[in-house]
Amino acid sequence: MIRFNNVHKWFKDLHVLNGINLQVQQGEVVVVCGPSGSGKSTLIRTVNQLESINEGEIWVDGKNVADPKTNLNALRAEVGFVFQHFNLYPHLSVLDNITLSPMKVKGMDRAAADKQAVTLLERVGLAHKKDAFPAMLSGGQQQRVAIARGLAMEPRVMLFDEPTSALDPEMIGEVLKVMKDLAESGMTMMVVTHEMGFAREVADRVVFVDHGQIIEEAHPEHFFTNPQHDRAKQFLRQLLTPMN
Amino acid sequence: MNYNWDWNVFFKSTGIGSEIYLDWFVSGLGWTIAVALVAWIVALIIGSVLGVMRTLPNKLLSGIATAYVELFRNVPLLVQLFIWYFMVPDYLPESTQVWFKQELNPATSAYISVVVCLALFTAARVCEQVRTGIQALPKGQSAAALAVGFTLPQMYRHVLLPQAFRIIIPPLTSEFLNIFKNSSVASLIGLMELLAQTKQTAEFTANMFEAFTLATLIYFVLNMSLMTFMSWVEKKVRIPGMMGGAK
Repeated sequence: MIRFNNVHKWFKDLHVLNGINLQVQQGEVVVVCGPSGSGKSTLIRTVNQLESINEGEIWVDGKNVADPKTNLNALRAEVGFVFQHFNLYPHLSVLDNITLSPMKVKGMDRAAADKQAVTLLERVGLAHKKDAFPAMLSGGQQQRVAIARGLAMEPRVMLFDEPTSALDPEMIGEVLKVMKDLAESGMTMMVVTHEMGFAREVADRVVFVDHGQIIEEAHPEHFFTNPQHDRAKQFLRQLLTPMN
Repeated sequence: MNYNWDWNVFFKSTGIGSEIYLDWFVSGLGWTIAVALVAWIVALIIGSVLGVMRTLPNKLLSGIATAYVELFRNVPLLVQLFIWYFMVPDYLPESTQVWFKQELNPATSAYISVVVCLALFTAARVCEQVRTGIQALPKGQSAAALAVGFTLPQMYRHVLLPQAFRIIIPPLTSEFLNIFKNSSVASLIGLMELLAQTKQTAEFTANMFEAFTLATLIYFVLNMSLMTFMSWVEKKVRIPGMMGGAK
């Protein structure tokens, strides 16, 4: 579904992605983790070309996203993206946030789009908030709406860029639960997160990134119980016992 | 100071038909509104297009908009008006020139010049406000719009501009008032708008103080009404759950 072939990216002198090779199969859930500044957010943003790359290839659903001839709008319509800071449209109601892109990008009519939006809101447990505006919602609710907004395009892949990092602790669970349901429905997912509980329970594979390179790639059980690389060990230690 | 105020002057006959001096002010106000409103609509359209251009990734388009702003912002309004009224017509094609200078009613040709001048001058200022409105939005908004597959025009139309315009209502209001005040330059090319009628009344009646007091009052009430209208608009489009417009 997604394939990185020797991908490089520089921000001026900083080599943020240094020879990334990675594959995500259809229906697979891959969690990307790593220390801050390791390049994991940049990595996930290259998949739908919110960040361009300097070298290499990224294939998504049979299309090379770095090829200037690829229709990026069409590609992005098939790739859902959930941001750390939700990025809902503040001037639109919850319902309109969800219906806007199906109507404008796919030409869906208002009645069908509304119906689909309500179904999606039920799925994320927020049908009663359809007429609210984003500023009236908690962070966790906003992120669930953002997931519904992504799903409204019926994407083939969903990308999550630290979806719970901006949330208060008591709201993390509700978002992770929606993501877990989504994974169980068979959605192909690539998730950048520090939620190791989620990784352990839901992921098919964990990818550890540091200094723009994939250092370790393993089944979650192996990754958590028996990390191979020193930096992965250190990262896990800091994450699991931050005070020591 | 020894001055005999005579407020009845406005109800005295001008000597032309049954006209009284107050009629001159009413007609002047009519021209002022006709100039400012039309120029404002044009300025808003051109300024918005330019403002969007300035935020585009395309260097050529943003460069053109920047050059426009610098040109129109750095030359005095009055100089621009004289250029539009006295110079530009001479460079028009022969037939247009004859039409503009001879066939048109002089008031109409002055009107066209002043509307073009004010619209283009104000467009540069509107452009800067639209640009800052767009740039004030969090980067995540354009990322979110692009991520769902919107084209650039769709992103501006549905996501960026509705938020940007809400943010810039207060400075736009101030520009809206400015165009009414700036329209008084038209008096210098013979368009009988409010200021020109005031000066004429002052000359005809020698009641200069009354004439200018009334003009001041009319401008003040006019602008206060516009301001009230704009704050009503601002409330009307306010986003529920947010303090004073978009974040």
